Amino acid sequence: MREIELSLNQTQKIRLKRALEKLESFSSKANSNSNASVSISDSIPVNLEDGVLKGHGTLDLNGELVATLCGVVERVNKLVYVRALRARYKPEVGDIVVGRVSEVAQKRWRLDIHYSQDAVLMLSSMNLPDGIQAYQVRESLYPLGCSLVGGGLCRPNHPGRIPTKNSLDYLIHDSGGWGHVSKVYSLGIGPKGLALVRFHVIKSRRRTALDELNMRSIFEENDVICAEVRGIQHDGLHLQARSQKYGKLERGQLLTVPPYLVRRRKQHFHHLEQYGVDLILGCNGFIWVGEHVEAKDDMVEDQVSKPEQQKFNKNSISLEDQEQTYTPIETRQNICRIANAVRVLSILGFNITIEVIMDTMNLSSSLNLDIHEMLGSEFCVLVAEGEAERRSLTKRKG
Amino acid sequence: MEFVSPEGLRLDGRRPMEMRQIRAEIGAVAKADGSAVFEMGNTKVIAAVYGPREVQNRTQQINDQALVRCEYSMANFSTGDRMRKPKGDRRSTEISLVIRQTMEACILTHLMPRSQIDIFVQVLQADGGTRSACINAATLALADAGIPMRDLVTSCSSGYLNSTPLLDLNYVEDSAGGPDVTVGFLPKLDKVTLLQMDSKLPIDIFENVMQLAIEGCKAIANYIREIMLENTKQLEYRRGI
Repeated sequence: MREIELSLNQTQKIRLKRALEKLESFSSKANSNSNASVSISDSIPVNLEDGVLKGHGTLDLNGELVATLCGVVERVNKLVYVRALRARYKPEVGDIVVGRVSEVAQKRWRLDIHYSQDAVLMLSSMNLPDGIQAYQVRESLYPLGCSLVGGGLCRPNHPGRIPTKNSLDYLIHDSGGWGHVSKVYSLGIGPKGLALVRFHVIKSRRRTALDELNMRSIFEENDVICAEVRGIQHDGLHLQARSQKYGKLERGQLLTVPPYLVRRRKQHFHHLEQYGVDLILGCNGFIWVGEHVEAKDDMVEDQVSKPEQQKFNKNSISLEDQEQTYTPIETRQNICRIANAVRVLSILGFNITIEVIMDTMNLSSSLNLDIHEMLGSEFCVLVAEGEAERRSLTKRKG
Repeated sequence: MEFVSPEGLRLDGRRPMEMRQIRAEIGAVAKADGSAVFEMGNTKVIAAVYGPREVQNRTQQINDQALVRCEYSMANFSTGDRMRKPKGDRRSTEISLVIRQTMEACILTHLMPRSQIDIFVQVLQADGGTRSACINAATLALADAGIPMRDLVTSCSSGYLNSTPLLDLNYVEDSAGGPDVTVGFLPKLDKVTLLQMDSKLPIDIFENVMQLAIEGCKAIANYIREIMLENTKQLEYRRGI
């Protein structure tokens, strides 16, 4: 049994135990039969006559379905699989991950993303700062619920997805055609009930040998990078960073938590305005807390139509840069406070979401605790009790 | 020397077929992907698993399965007389190999191609049966790291002294020079993956002694399974929905 590694006194021990027991009672009530925990070589009860698809973490042993992992049995229609806890990260296409550069190789960076292999970020799947050669703004009509693929192709196999500005992540694909879709605006419903969509298509410059030589000026070894999972190719897991929100992360802290604590959600980038902090919850359990950086809008018009102005600006950039490298002390404190909130949640093994992090942070500031006191045993117990309270409230509502 | 008294008790007060008390704990090394401590009486072993991760030495990379590596070491303070042992002596190389082969047999390596799994086991207290304890600890650590396995592999030793089969030898019994059978066993598949014996035994007695060790393995497997299930439940309910 995994003990929480804290030095607790007797009352704190009892309080923590009580809070955890409370949590246990909620989860056992909620899913007593559907979510069964198994350990390795336990047989999973299935009705073989119905036809069963065996998924990850299962093995057929003389007509019996046996778990090969410790975890929770999940059933989706006919598919039966075991969801492992505390395993390494298993990437899915479209995940937002944070990683650290482990190697700069030919035309690619290798990133450590807590997967069984290093991930690959190709030079060609990055938007270089000066790499945009041309762009187009297109408008077209699409059936509601379809999804767009680069170059304005329409693929109707993803029902339930109306192309909106929010589905930008999804829409950025390699087209192999004219270019990549970069911005998508939904303009509303057009004639015949079709969705009118405007999007920008960017044509990137071909990467030259010079670009390859300058790769270290973009990312070096040990840089922390945010990117999106593109898919698994023959030579490993590929990432892409085709938007201004991806790229190098600076002036902040990288935290590593077990990946099962981070759920896939719509939003993984959070800008906490009141603290001036950016928070990125990477699906791979790497969490970035850093000073807020205004995403330099990659509106192509600026770059294409105002080249002279850019040249003019070049001299003043160095001064600006100097100013930017300074992070005010309040922001630094906020970063540390948020980081410690994440640490406490990871020690306790609670789900890490933006709401819980903010609750934990507010709790610490309302108690007037110093940042370093957040990692003490008393605060951990308080957070555990708060979590039990929170879950009991949501239970009552549900 | 008398290892079993006329009353049928061993030197440490156990019956011949009795095992030492076992205790296991998951999650001893914070930075490892999986870790465990395993105790059999006074023998105490810690195991840490890293991986599956990128292969460190590219030339060793295997394209269709994972590379499993194992390192066994004994802490200087683990034995009665404190000795500075050179790293990589013959005994620890041999045990590393044995543990690696045993674990490799049950890990589903083909699911993690082009990666590497490192198992580190260290003996903290040595009182006989370190080999078995290391295998049991490694199993727990691998399960904690979420590495898929065919079956649990557990190990137990048995011996034959004073014409009595003895289960789970301690250091004194081990150093008596009698036969010492170590068995690694897959309880669900009912298969033996490891069998080692020092000295000699007649075949009919050997079968009895080996059967005794297998029974020990089954008992350990039940205990390990309970520990793992409890750990999984804890993690799940703490995380919440």
